[in-house]
Amino acid sequence: MTRTFLFTVLSLLSLALVWAKPARAGQGEVDQAISLLASESHVEMAKGVTELALADPDKALVVLSALEAGKLKKDGRGVVFVEADGKKLLQASTLAEVAPSGTTRSISLNNTSRRTLSAALSKLRLTAKSVAVRLESARELAAYPDAESSALIRGLIGGERDAGVKRLMSLALAKVDLKSSDPKLRLQAAKSIQDSDDITLEADLKALVTPDEKGRYVEKDPAVRAELDRALQSVKRRIFLINVISNTIYGLSLGSVLLLAALGLAITFGLMKVINMAHGEMLMLGAYSTYFVRERMLSIGPEVAEYYLILAMPFAFATTFGMGVLLERLVIRHLYGRPLETLLSTWGLSLILIQLVRMIFGAQNVTVANPDWLSGGMELMPALVVPYSRIAVLTFTALVVGFVWFILRGTSVGLKVRAVTQNREIAASLGIATNRVDMWTFGLGSGLAGLGGVALSQLGNVGPELGQQHIIDSFVVVVVGGVGNILGTIFAGFGLGLANKILEPSVGAVMGKILLLVLLIFFIQWRPQGLFALKGRAADS
Amino acid sequence: MASTLLHLHRPKAWIGFAVVLLLFGVLVPMLNQVVPAESALYLPDHYILILGKFACFAMVALAVDLVWGFAGILSLGHCVFFALGGYAMGMYLMRSIGKSGVYVSDLPDFMVFLDWKELPWYWHGFENLWFAVLMCMVVPGVLGGLFGYLAFRSRIKGVYLSIITQALTFAAMLLFFRNETGFGGNNGLTDFKNLYGYPLRESSTKVFLYTLSVVVLAVFYLLTRYLTQSKFGVVLRAVRDDEAKARFSGYDTLSYKWFAWTLSTVLCGIAGALYVPQVGIINPSEMEPANSIEAVIWVAIGGRGTLVGAVIGAFVVNGAKSFFTAAAPDLWLFFLGALFVVVTLALPDGLIGLRRVGWRRFGLDRLLPKRSHAS
Repeated sequence: MTRTFLFTVLSLLSLALVWAKPARAGQGEVDQAISLLASESHVEMAKGVTELALADPDKALVVLSALEAGKLKKDGRGVVFVEADGKKLLQASTLAEVAPSGTTRSISLNNTSRRTLSAALSKLRLTAKSVAVRLESARELAAYPDAESSALIRGLIGGERDAGVKRLMSLALAKVDLKSSDPKLRLQAAKSIQDSDDITLEADLKALVTPDEKGRYVEKDPAVRAELDRALQSVKRRIFLINVISNTIYGLSLGSVLLLAALGLAITFGLMKVINMAHGEMLMLGAYSTYFVRERMLSIGPEVAEYYLILAMPFAFATTFGMGVLLERLVIRHLYGRPLETLLSTWGLSLILIQLVRMIFGAQNVTVANPDWLSGGMELMPALVVPYSRIAVLTFTALVVGFVWFILRGTSVGLKVRAVTQNREIAASLGIATNRVDMWTFGLGSGLAGLGGVALSQLGNVGPELGQQHIIDSFVVVVVGGVGNILGTIFAGFGLGLANKILEPSVGAVMGKILLLVLLIFFIQWRPQGLFALKGRAADS
Repeated sequence: MASTLLHLHRPKAWIGFAVVLLLFGVLVPMLNQVVPAESALYLPDHYILILGKFACFAMVALAVDLVWGFAGILSLGHCVFFALGGYAMGMYLMRSIGKSGVYVSDLPDFMVFLDWKELPWYWHGFENLWFAVLMCMVVPGVLGGLFGYLAFRSRIKGVYLSIITQALTFAAMLLFFRNETGFGGNNGLTDFKNLYGYPLRESSTKVFLYTLSVVVLAVFYLLTRYLTQSKFGVVLRAVRDDEAKARFSGYDTLSYKWFAWTLSTVLCGIAGALYVPQVGIINPSEMEPANSIEAVIWVAIGGRGTLVGAVIGAFVVNGAKSFFTAAAPDLWLFFLGALFVVVTLALPDGLIGLRRVGWRRFGLDRLLPKRSHAS
């Protein structure tokens, strides 16, 4: 009873403070208020909080935030200190570094003083000079609205100049006012929600405007109900928008992984009509190369390891390029013109590579931690955070595609590759060493998969079966895009990535995948040569 | 009758066939059932199980050889039909558990576990053995027939077809992994008790199932042999070697391929149905794409386009697998991988090709088809 009474008095007091223009008081009053904070009595402490807020709002924000965070200390003589970064103790009244006498201990709060404190802090923050502080405070109040702070906001909202802060303040008010008995307040609340960026109120609003089985509404007033209905639509629209944007981003990022995995496959398949079942293992080798480089650099020092990706990319490319050339020389060149046999022998090679990696690195999955500059994410909208690693993979894919484009279109090797792809016999008769072109191309295709492996290592765990998980997907991309067609592969990669993410929310991840595979079977019916079929004589080869 | 038989095999080959059949169909069961357990000649139950499994795998190899060796269709998803046949039989075995399951319910245990109140519609009928046997042929046949019709109609061939068969088995595996699909999800169907009233644990039931598998394998062999030696087989080989020429010669190549394909999927289904009661479990991992690719290597190692080779390949590779996974599990994948590479590079006709010289000495080379590299 006493506590409630006290609390009401205090909140009324802090309410009164809103209208009282804060007059800058003398240092004496500030010191006195601060010394009250060190008092053993919580009633005295609460008084100190209120007086400090009144006397010097700027200093109060610092000192009271420290009190809230448990970083306000007092020493044996009752001098109050703020604990700054690195355990430095600043005397609260001057904010200068002073040595305490004797040991210090934290100033603790009880429920009453805590409530006074948070009311005072809310007000201090909402009236702070910095827009960022006000915005942060308003956002928090909008996320966790309560009756006390709504009274405070109601007083402050008229004086707020920043539009962003004002919108959040009215959202915080609206959340409380939705339950108000005054239809005017409810109407205003509905309007505020329409203007806000809120996405949390869908269920609450739906409950208000949906009739029960007897046709009665929770919201009795039809005018308010119409406005609430509009608010509900606006919330739904925002949720839909966020879903579309996040699905697009995640779909593009999945698509870029598919594309990285399939690009090399499309090139070798198009050039040599060879299905390389060991292509997935090149992804896996690329990912393990990244792991290996990071482990090596970690043993030098954690600061060096921050930049492991810069080394890992050329290393992974070189490893898989070399492996590709080796396989081509040893096995695949002996099987030209027998695509089905190539398929079997490359499958055998993939088994050997998997077992080899298992014996070197162990059968368990390993984690390749993102470097610090890739962890975290970018907040595009409230409730929509895009991890930096996804953005990096997307950028990386664009660079790799540009690289491939340049090699195929801008270099003489690329010219030869395209010539052999179009017609092997004529290219050979014109003096192109098709044999060597095959070798380099196979190396390039494998190297691209290795780069894909670097990207994959940033998105998830790395295990010996990594390649097997991606091989079917990459075949699907190649088949949909049209064999040997780089542009088609790009479209198919992003298209399948997006389709996957769009199907996922409605039917679930596994069903989405099944659906896509079934769709693929029908797609091939319709377009046996892929999206961008070759025309003319080359089409039936 | 006699001329038909002689058309299939020469007398010497018939004698060989009879000897092998007697060896596996009569002698092996006797070594287990008649010979006392203390005797050195006694064959323990688990060898019967292994041989029974191999016989089922050999049926799959025959089915793969029929489409790959004779029609040039490389399927990397044949195990989906094997698993479907297995599931059909598994559903019957599940239903015949009755109330003796862990939860003492009419429903299979996993349904009780998922809190299902009644049997899904597609489980009805499986309380009868005849229905399950019918379904283990009909379900793979319908799926395979539909898939084959769609694929061959739009003239998907070569590696494209291989890829979409792999997509098919992968999609089916994902589907069966889900609990909602109603086939026990991850764990599949297991804990079987009785087959037509006979307890599966009994040695005599095991031997019966084994002998049945050997007999069915022999029947499959003769059936595929008959088909491939007939005019149908000749046309099928023409389709394999040059589909366009066969089509221009007036043959409806779609029907030939489609019939061989559908028959092959039905054979796989029956093999699966015989496999499941012997091993006592069926789960979605049977549909893994890797399994289907392994089935292809049995055929490649034995000798593609030679039905005997397919059977020998299945026994040899699986025998090696049993040996390696027990003796040196780490080396098995190296061995299997090396087999794939070496056989495709150095032994395009498989083990049978290796023996070609020796076979000719006994006049048995007519048994083998002409060597062909068209794929």
